[in-house]
Amino acid sequence: MATMALGAHVQRHQIGRSRRLKNMLMTALVGTAAVGSAALLLLILGYVLVQGAPALDLAFFTERPKPFGVTGGGVGPAIIGTVIMSLLGGVVAIPIGIGAALFITEYKSGRAASIVRFSAELIAGLPSIVVGVFVWSFLVRSVIHGYSALAGAAALAVIMVPIVGRTAEEVLRLVPSSLREAALALGAPRWRVIVWIVLPTARAGIVTAAILAIARAAGETAPLLLTALGNLFFSTDLLKPIAALPLQIYQYAASPYDDWHAKAWGGSLVLVAVIAVLAGGLRIATRSRLR
Amino acid sequence: MIAARKPEQAPALPAPRVEPAKPTPGIAVRIEHLDAYYGSLHALGGVTFDVAAGTVTAVIGPSGCGKSTLVRCMNRLHEVTPGAYARGGVFIGETDIYSPYADPVAVRSMVGMVFQKPNPFPMMSVYDNVAAGPRLRGWKLSRRQTDDLVERHLRRAALWDEVKDKLHRSGAALSGGQQQRLCIARALATDPSVLLMDEPCSALDPIATYKIEELLRELAHEVTIVIVTHNMQQASRVSEHTAFMLAGDDGVGRLVEFGRTEDLFTNPTDHRTEAYITGRFG
Repeated sequence: MATMALGAHVQRHQIGRSRRLKNMLMTALVGTAAVGSAALLLLILGYVLVQGAPALDLAFFTERPKPFGVTGGGVGPAIIGTVIMSLLGGVVAIPIGIGAALFITEYKSGRAASIVRFSAELIAGLPSIVVGVFVWSFLVRSVIHGYSALAGAAALAVIMVPIVGRTAEEVLRLVPSSLREAALALGAPRWRVIVWIVLPTARAGIVTAAILAIARAAGETAPLLLTALGNLFFSTDLLKPIAALPLQIYQYAASPYDDWHAKAWGGSLVLVAVIAVLAGGLRIATRSRLR
Repeated sequence: MIAARKPEQAPALPAPRVEPAKPTPGIAVRIEHLDAYYGSLHALGGVTFDVAAGTVTAVIGPSGCGKSTLVRCMNRLHEVTPGAYARGGVFIGETDIYSPYADPVAVRSMVGMVFQKPNPFPMMSVYDNVAAGPRLRGWKLSRRQTDDLVERHLRRAALWDEVKDKLHRSGAALSGGQQQRLCIARALATDPSVLLMDEPCSALDPIATYKIEELLRELAHEVTIVIVTHNMQQASRVSEHTAFMLAGDDGVGRLVEFGRTEDLFTNPTDHRTEAYITGRFG
């Protein structure tokens, strides 16, 4: 009896120790992964900041690029072009994405919803250069006849729709059905339930969806190569080629000049900053005022 | 608008109708041969009883007997669940709410509902929660009228004194019991003739429960209340009439006994009612 009891005790003790070891190992593994991913972000941001900051002066923001061999100049047209195309694309894509998400979550839950969801996934999976080629052959070659800001915005909108749609669907699903039922029980028609209850409840998440989409689109290069083309001059004409930060960075980085390499780093820093400002602005503009 | 019921338009019933339905004075809700389904699942079978106007009627029974389904059929909220539908007759006053002419949105305007878990709209203030019903229906109210409406209904729900200084704070910041009274105020704000309550106290502590029960007794003078509860003491404390429901071996919830609460609890006619109220099952 005594030895059995002792054996059971020792065995329990050993199980406990190996479990503690495994526990510590797992904690160490996931901890390393967490620190690693955070470190990667800090590394990229820090490197862009260190490399890009020296290039920044007032002229960098306000002037247009100088010709080959002339130092100085800036990426003013590219900043304006990126903001115009991202916002224009967003104005088109965000309502479509939210609408598709509402269709899936509030109106149809069966086959129609899976078709919409599957299409969105396919669009999201398209290589972005393919989106660029598609818009090029549809808009640039036929409808608009020329590279243009409008075509660039259209290509970015195609990129944004599935991002908005899928993120919005997830946050709309998080709205408790008890709130929908409470509103319906008050005698509200379905569309008022959506406009007054469902969307406001999911507001923070939907804003995040829009920010994600704009941030993603603002950084896209490939779809703009064949649509917006790029422009060394200031332009706000939607039917003319327009500059964009990613295009400008690509062009500068691929050049043989040290001055342009520095400008590419500066452009990268500005791109990150523009996305941060857009995101922060949207969040503040749509913040709940309720305490 | 809801058209008056036309007898020849009555939906097909599983059992013969005993008499043509017509509004009876003093009856706020009349339920006739009501069957409810979730897809192919038959949840509620042949329920028939009347709810007297200006009283509290309790619906009791073990879990899964169809109590909640029954009240959700009384404002056509049942059919909001995908695949769910109901057959039979439910009359709110003179209106046959399952008539082909009845508009579910208009039906829900005559009936208020309070749910098991307090569910104030989290992004709205206390004030906006009470005003939500009229606004969601598109009533055009001036600021002054809305102020009056909010105060009146918060007073009816015995919540005014506790929240009058934080009307513009989030409704979700109140205690559970206060949230549930806020939901009662919200449901009352559109002046329904019937108030449905689906286990309104099951998520509340005894003191909050006591306050709500006290409130029910006061409200019963102005509005007809149907309350689902799994708490038999609560049914006996607050209600004039009690409906006891039970799911049969086939899983279909049926009305076993309906009567004055006093009679049902002291002298039940059905042996199953007696078994349930004496705690032998459920």
